[in-house]
Amino acid sequence: MTQAATERRVGWGLVAPALIWTVAFFVVPFAAMLALSFARMEGRAVVAAFDLGNYVRFFTEWPLFKALLNSLEITAVVTVVSVALAYPLAAIIAFRVPVRWQRLALLLAVLPFWTSYVVRSYSWLLVLGQNGVLNKTLLGVGLIAEPLEIAATRTATVIGFVHFFVMLLTLTIYANLVQLSPNYARAARDLGAGPVQVFRFVILPLTLPGVVTGAFVTFVLCMGDYITPQILGGNNELTLPQLIMLQLGRSGNFPLASALSVILMAVITLAYVLSARWLRLDRV
Amino acid sequence: MKRLVWVYLCAAYAFIFLPVIVLVVFSFQDGRLPVPPFQGVSLQWYAKVLGDRDLMAALFNSALMAAVSSAVALTLGFLAAHGLARSVLPGSVWLRGLLIAPMTVSYLIIALGLLTVFNQTGVRLSLWTAGVGHVVINLPLCFAICYAAMGDHQKAAERAARDLGASEVQVLWLVSAPMLAPALLAAFFLSVTFSWDEFIIAFLLTRFEVTLPVEIWSMLRSGLSPATNAVGSLVFLVSVVAVVLAEVFVFRRRA
Repeated sequence: MTQAATERRVGWGLVAPALIWTVAFFVVPFAAMLALSFARMEGRAVVAAFDLGNYVRFFTEWPLFKALLNSLEITAVVTVVSVALAYPLAAIIAFRVPVRWQRLALLLAVLPFWTSYVVRSYSWLLVLGQNGVLNKTLLGVGLIAEPLEIAATRTATVIGFVHFFVMLLTLTIYANLVQLSPNYARAARDLGAGPVQVFRFVILPLTLPGVVTGAFVTFVLCMGDYITPQILGGNNELTLPQLIMLQLGRSGNFPLASALSVILMAVITLAYVLSARWLRLDRV
Repeated sequence: MKRLVWVYLCAAYAFIFLPVIVLVVFSFQDGRLPVPPFQGVSLQWYAKVLGDRDLMAALFNSALMAAVSSAVALTLGFLAAHGLARSVLPGSVWLRGLLIAPMTVSYLIIALGLLTVFNQTGVRLSLWTAGVGHVVINLPLCFAICYAAMGDHQKAAERAARDLGASEVQVLWLVSAPMLAPALLAAFFLSVTFSWDEFIIAFLLTRFEVTLPVEIWSMLRSGLSPATNAVGSLVFLVSVVAVVLAEVFVFRRRA
């Protein structure tokens, strides 16, 4: 056997375990789910078929399609609000906080990341609930007469999500801002640009790829999350993941759950294609 | 303008810390509900939580699964990265893409796919079926970190070892792994973090031996309780200590 052939055989041997694992537990399950999405439910039994019924149901039954719209609306609001809040925070830490304190400031800004994910949503429930800290405080100082109904609404879901993604985006945007050479801003100022112009025409365009990447990650994680809407939003307005879990739990309708998952996957893929121009996934 | 900047900074930190502060404060509540008014300091909920056998079992399960699934993911990822870095394989771009692919898919979808397969093949759900799922989500991460860390310098050292008669196993164990130690450590640490806190895969793919996030989830269903605050605060404390230690001993030294 030649040297190159031996090399290649060893190479394959090293890659094989990971490859087999990925095919067996990722590719095959995904294919199985895709196949199942074309199956039919007869009573409580799953009947294998090639049936577009589940997809037709999704596009024709309003409560199902509404779940996708709810998810998209929530995700859009969360993404925009999180970027809008995180950008100034990252900029203040990068440009106003003294360099020797920046690492600490950043560490503090993401500290609540380290609470458990389930617990973080629960904590917001304690803040926003009918008898929660927010209502008790506002009632106490007399700003409101009746407790606000925030828990179990879309607002609560959005607040919970924004809290998480502000931390994530502050981290990514900060990383982008400190990479910029101060010479760009200096040059713009020398040429007569005011602070607003420096930001609008120099800083913002240079950090845009990082912002879009962060926004994309926000979109993917937000679209696919079950915990936050379930704990904070309740069951009034279902998101797509909540609807999927409902199909699995109450009715055991695996084919419909599979079809909904395929649709979720398609939406995320579409978002990727649309934002691919600006994405720098290798530079997160 | 200058004052506005500091007001914004303080407001942002207040927003970020609000839920954590509420969580920790009301874990000491001397009463049955973790909402105002605060009725006094008590450690009863911590005592209750630490004496809860289900919760401690879940804690142990989480730690075990995080350690084992991360070790498997790291081993597979490291070997694959080594294989792809050292020899030119046909279609290696596609191979890399395939190995990274699970990173771009929602955990819910990965869990549902595995559940479908386990149901169809009659595999009984257990801690290990969820562990399989955790390897799937962490393998791309470990692979990507190891692959990015392998440079020409490393390849030269490996070639030298081979020329001097080292077997492939010796090259891996005595040259590659020690040279990549920081990357391997980082990958393992990240995997453990993700696996430890992961909910949806653990929820759908376990049945009786649940993990900590799933156990906390079932605590939530019986309503608000300072016991949940106590668990949450403990998990937070442990994580923060781990992060601070990592910061001081691993990252500070390099900087």
